[in-house]
Amino acid sequence: MTDSTDKEALVRVEGVHKIYTRGSEKIDVLQNLDLKVPEGDFLALMGPSGSGKTTLLNLIGGLDRPTSGVVAVAGERVDKASGRQLAKWRSRHIGFVFQFYNLLPVLTAERNVELPLLLTTLSRKQRAKHVATALDVVGLANRAKHYPRQLSGGQEQRVGIARAIVSDPTLLLCDEPTGDLDSKSGDEILDLLVALNRDHGKTIIMVTHDPHAAARAQRTVYLNKGMLMSEAEIAEMRAAEAVA
Amino acid sequence: MKFLYLIWRNLMRKPIRTLLNLLSIFIAFVLFGALFAVKTAFGVGVEIAGLDRLITIHKVSLIQPLPKGYGNKIEAVEGVASVAHATWFGGVYQDPKNFFAQFAVSPESYLALYPEARLPEEQKQAWFENRTGALVGRQTADRFGWQVGDRIPIQGTIWRTPDDSAWEFTIEGIYDADKGFDTTNFFFHFDYLAETTGFDNVVGWYILKIDDPERSAQIAAEIDRLFANSSAETKTSTEKAFAQGFANQIGNIGKIVISILVVVFFTLLLVSGNTMALSVRERINELGVLKTLGFTDSHVLGMVLGESYLVTLLGGGAGLALVTLLTRAFDLGGSILPTLYLPWTGVWVGLALLAAMGFISGAIPALQAQRLTIVDALRRT
Ligand SMILES: Nc1ncnc2c1ncn2[C@@H]1O[C@H](COP(=O)(O)OP(=O)(O)O)[C@@H](O)[C@H]1O
Ligand SMILES: [Mg+2]
Repeated sequence: MTDSTDKEALVRVEGVHKIYTRGSEKIDVLQNLDLKVPEGDFLALMGPSGSGKTTLLNLIGGLDRPTSGVVAVAGERVDKASGRQLAKWRSRHIGFVFQFYNLLPVLTAERNVELPLLLTTLSRKQRAKHVATALDVVGLANRAKHYPRQLSGGQEQRVGIARAIVSDPTLLLCDEPTGDLDSKSGDEILDLLVALNRDHGKTIIMVTHDPHAAARAQRTVYLNKGMLMSEAEIAEMRAAEAVA
Repeated sequence: MKFLYLIWRNLMRKPIRTLLNLLSIFIAFVLFGALFAVKTAFGVGVEIAGLDRLITIHKVSLIQPLPKGYGNKIEAVEGVASVAHATWFGGVYQDPKNFFAQFAVSPESYLALYPEARLPEEQKQAWFENRTGALVGRQTADRFGWQVGDRIPIQGTIWRTPDDSAWEFTIEGIYDADKGFDTTNFFFHFDYLAETTGFDNVVGWYILKIDDPERSAQIAAEIDRLFANSSAETKTSTEKAFAQGFANQIGNIGKIVISILVVVFFTLLLVSGNTMALSVRERINELGVLKTLGFTDSHVLGMVLGESYLVTLLGGGAGLALVTLLTRAFDLGGSILPTLYLPWTGVWVGLALLAAMGFISGAIPALQAQRLTIVDALRRT
């Protein structure tokens, strides 16, 4: 599943179609979609609700397969890999951050962060060290033994980010990471993501509804009616609509 | 086992529910162990009965006595190696509640027929030599704190002394045996009984050893033919068949036990299977998250199965262990079921049952968890 045609783009999406069938009904979510994300990029992905942002993120993260088209990340053909290969690949290359944090309520912060490391051959001691580092990066070293219910939303999300970065993945995929937070906690999360991108060189794709959040990214693309548009194209479209 | 902690924490998600589930499994396995022990206790005579031992009783019933003269005639039958006789005494020690079986026997020949009973050679000789001496099993000796040399009065009920005073016996020997061989019995000299009562011409039944177990049916028939058309016709059968008949009189315990257990375990399977299914359904989203993090379908399958195994193992293992310990450490059966204990076969059957239970109750939820696609699981928040 190696792919060597394009070295500079970490993420390469080409001619991707995604069709969901619900009973007899067919939903064309993504139509002939192309996207390139170079290494070190911080990309914001915007678009109306139901436009397929999560779907696209899932395809890039290898959680789902396109109906047709190419999805390649770090030279691996994600669309062609088996479920087992993908699972292993995800644990090494992808960190996911969810809107509702998705921490396991039965585990403490540090145990939640440790989860991806259980799949590695690291020793208990090494795992503890990585976990401590990750919690330190998100500024929650003093909350390691807390359960999710003992944390605020912003803190939970930071634990979620620590879990996403603990195995030092190539790519961070964030699906509305500030969508459930007040603006202050949201800003702190955005600060953290910016720092991860700038100081730790993490490539980040972040879905958001919030233009203020998108402004923190290096660039923004818009998903509309199954197709991607740049800021300039959106502006053009808006202008055309205004004229008409 | 780095996943064990995760499995454990998932079980502790709803501690009360897990505890109740544990408890129901625990109780079911205690019940299993207890019923298995009871079944074994009833069948024990059957299992240990020697195949080379035959028993000759009165054709009408065990209670009818047989002429003492039969002994020599039986011994003369070809293939019979040795003959002993026994007579039910049915005495009372202090109180009828203190029941244990007493037999008047022909000491040397009787003991020679039962190598299962073990005692020091000097005790054996002392018993043979003392006409009022008695040989008692370890369980009964311990029950009443009897020592060798103690004098034991036993009130006759069937067999009376001339002035109806208690019979006096001296403990000359205490015999031990492996679990499974009855050590509650009390044996004394038939001669003591015969001389005191004057009934020296009848005995309860004969036990005989044969050379070749293969020929048991043939020898039995030959013995019974010998006494056909006499005033005391006989019925000879292997000890195994004899014990079996005894067990059948009590009722078909085995069948009852098995049907109870089938119902119990079927119910248990529904209960804990449902508990597992419920606990998986509640955390579909979490399972999706784990898969997102890189847990494979097999990881998730193993985790759910692990949970159901752990609960079954903890609850059922505790139940089995409890029954094993209790029945071995204490004399729970008393004199009613002197050999009440959970044999190792029972423990193995229990463990096999545990493994099957853990698998069956966890299999369907585990498969559901395995098949779950991430996209569907994550959409359920
Ligand atoms: N697993 C699925 N099965 C059927 N339809 C789906 C599934 N996932 C998403 N959809 C549909 O695809 C469209 C895009 O969904 P989604 O990617 O979640 O949008 P967004 O994240 O932009 O709000 C929606 O109309 C949604 O109902
Ligand atoms: Mg979405």
